[in-house]
Amino acid sequence: MSDIYVHGLEWTVKELFTYPNEFIYWSVQIVMYPYMTGLVAGAFVLSSLYHVFGQEDLKDMARFALVFSLALLPVATMPLLMHLQQPFRALNPMFTPHFTSAIAAFGIVFSTYGMIVLSEIWFVYRTYFVEQYLALQGKTGAANTLRRLVYAIFTLGAFDTSEAAVAKDHKAVKILAGVGIPVACFLHGYAGFIFGSVKANALWMSPLMPVIFIMSAVVSGIALCMVTYIVIMEFKKFQATLARGRGDESVQIIGGVETDVIRKASRYLLGFMVAAISLELLDLIFRGYTAMKSWDILRSVMYGKDFINIFVLQYGIGNLLPFFMLLIGRTTIRKTAIACLLVLFGVFMMRWNVVIGGQAFSLSFAGYMHYKLPIIPHNIETFKEGLFGALTVAVTPFVIFYVLNKFVPAMNYGTNGAKLSNN
Amino acid sequence: MSCSRRDFLRRSIKGGIAASLPLSAFKFLSPAQAKSLVRESGLRWVFLVDTTKCVGCGLCVKACKLENEVPYDVPVTRTWVERYVVTKDGKFHADSPMGGRDGFTEQKIDEQEIPPEEIAKAFFVPKLCNQCENPACVQVCPVGATFQTPEGVVLVDRTWCIGCAYCIMACPYGARFFHPVYRVAEKCTFCYHRISKGMKTACVQACPFGARQIGNFKDENDPVTKTILTQRVAVLKDEYGTKPQVYYIGLDSNVR
Amino acid sequence: MKNHVLRPLWASLAIVALVLLVRSVVVPKDFGIHGNRPDGKNFTFTFHRLGAIDDWKKFKVKYRGKQYCEECHEEKVAENMSSKHRIIQCENCHGPAIDHPDNPETLAIDRSRDLCLRCHADLPYPGSHRGDLPAIDPEEHNPGEACADCHNPHNPNLEDME
Repeated sequence: MSDIYVHGLEWTVKELFTYPNEFIYWSVQIVMYPYMTGLVAGAFVLSSLYHVFGQEDLKDMARFALVFSLALLPVATMPLLMHLQQPFRALNPMFTPHFTSAIAAFGIVFSTYGMIVLSEIWFVYRTYFVEQYLALQGKTGAANTLRRLVYAIFTLGAFDTSEAAVAKDHKAVKILAGVGIPVACFLHGYAGFIFGSVKANALWMSPLMPVIFIMSAVVSGIALCMVTYIVIMEFKKFQATLARGRGDESVQIIGGVETDVIRKASRYLLGFMVAAISLELLDLIFRGYTAMKSWDILRSVMYGKDFINIFVLQYGIGNLLPFFMLLIGRTTIRKTAIACLLVLFGVFMMRWNVVIGGQAFSLSFAGYMHYKLPIIPHNIETFKEGLFGALTVAVTPFVIFYVLNKFVPAMNYGTNGAKLSNN
Repeated sequence: MSCSRRDFLRRSIKGGIAASLPLSAFKFLSPAQAKSLVRESGLRWVFLVDTTKCVGCGLCVKACKLENEVPYDVPVTRTWVERYVVTKDGKFHADSPMGGRDGFTEQKIDEQEIPPEEIAKAFFVPKLCNQCENPACVQVCPVGATFQTPEGVVLVDRTWCIGCAYCIMACPYGARFFHPVYRVAEKCTFCYHRISKGMKTACVQACPFGARQIGNFKDENDPVTKTILTQRVAVLKDEYGTKPQVYYIGLDSNVR
Repeated sequence: MKNHVLRPLWASLAIVALVLLVRSVVVPKDFGIHGNRPDGKNFTFTFHRLGAIDDWKKFKVKYRGKQYCEECHEEKVAENMSSKHRIIQCENCHGPAIDHPDNPETLAIDRSRDLCLRCHADLPYPGSHRGDLPAIDPEEHNPGEACADCHNPHNPNLEDME
């Protein structure tokens, strides 16, 4: 027979008694999947805090978070496509959804959510699109014509920028942001449900799983937005300083990161972190106290084989350390940025410990499986489900954001003259 | 296709009427009820494993792999045989190298020599898909690519499976895997192509000791049904509520 | 300009319509709920393409059983059926018949020691039927020699040994 490939054989190391068909079937891409959807959901919730609850000091951050969640959106599907053994059948769940499966709803919830985000962005930026379109009128050159065409399409033919029309836009944004929050939570909560409902898996099966996933999703989303916001603003400040140094007086002074924005955002971050960590600890304590049949093997994995991954990397470096960094002392940009990076790392480790940790022990409860992340790929599978596949997924949102920013400026558009009347 | 569907219907109608006769003789049925009885199959395949008869020759695994075109030299397999050796200190040692494809010819388990005088009991346990009445694997398939036939067998539609592995994760028995060639979910079908022609499964036929048997649970004269109903039998991992339909004689608390 | 607020909605609905259109073309016509379980969980367990059942029914049978061998090899089967090895299928050693003698013309017989050792390697297992079988220690018992050189696999009676 041609081309025999046993999925999982290459990266699974078995120990003691395991069933012959057991391997790490859900590898690093399934770690990336809830991580990326979590970032999408979190970024959107952050933007909604301003749009719905009127948290004025999050205004700058909100607009940025919204565009960033759009950049993350297509990336949430990437790990799934890379994981599927039949990626060309990826649309089957949309065609014949079997709704008793937690995965079946993904396509539908995800598309709904995507439409909400796109619509919201359209309402926020519609005036800007019209202005750009009008500004480009009469300008010659292929690039300008193309840009004008793009903006014309972006407006969907709605060129009315009267006060009444803009007021309607505002109202629509508010409604969409409000509807978006439950949808974003559902999108991610059900990613937790995918794991929580697997009754065969002793580590995953827990009704708390969806809630834990939502909380850590918001945590990671806020942290990513903060880091990216800080990096971009500082970079722009740096650029402006350079330009001024060269005597280019036309460049306006850019203030860099607004400390108030960061302080406010980190307060939300802390709140959600408390919720996330409490739920995770509750889950752990409950398992230990009830000590069901599976507890012996779970304990040997959590307190033994995965101790460093769980208690040092996830809880220690990923949760407690940044928690106190954000809580204690003066808020400085650098400290906040480092704390947010640690939080992002912590949430990633949480996903890793759930997905890979859940497969670290055999269904026989008498053996172990160890995941050896493929580093250097030697075939398509070891690329897709290895380090470089995961990195590809991790880098893509920033590439998309870069391109998106050319047409839909996520921040700072006040400085280049094209002002947004909306917001 | 339409022809075979008609055949299928005709057969199920016959079986259905036969099965429902005693019932329908006593009460009137609404059209919907009558229809449901007709659609119901007169078959429910069940499996019986007598672990006391198994000697661990692995001929069943060999036959299964060749019959069902699962590549021979890979560890994944539709059926497998486990060896359990319980020592006098109460500890158990278990293995299933290559699923027991080549039988068990050495005393070593996991590179570990166990002296014969320390062995309290030792036995072999053949495993296969339990064709659960409530299959968790089917419930979680996002596209309807795996399903339960009217005779209770769980099959995979190779043309529709997306290869997400959710079913593999959902099975508490480790019965599922990815087919190394077709790259879709793969599992024991109770040799559906054989049993629907009146033959025994490849593993049942290959077993020299009668440790494996297949039967129709809806036929009360079937020897397998009689054994299940009259003797003390057990199933694996009933705590998951999947209602497994592979029954075991001589199961031990050490069996996983 | 009338109400522009609904434009994203129209765009979304257009996408939904497109998906539904593609769906009606791509999904096989016999896809649906095809069961009648007593507990009514038909969508949960019997939602599928009906043709998939026939696909599996058409799968090729390879192991044909002793009766099939007997059609041509009557004497061999008769000899075997009078011996202790009557419980063993011909195909366990000779390989699956498939459409023999058309395809394959000859079967690849497994004559290895390992095949015999599946049952006859000594494993001191109390409580298992394995301990009741005649057994040897493969390291001690004529290592390296083919079992069939002395024992007739069709009729392994020790008294008839050549």
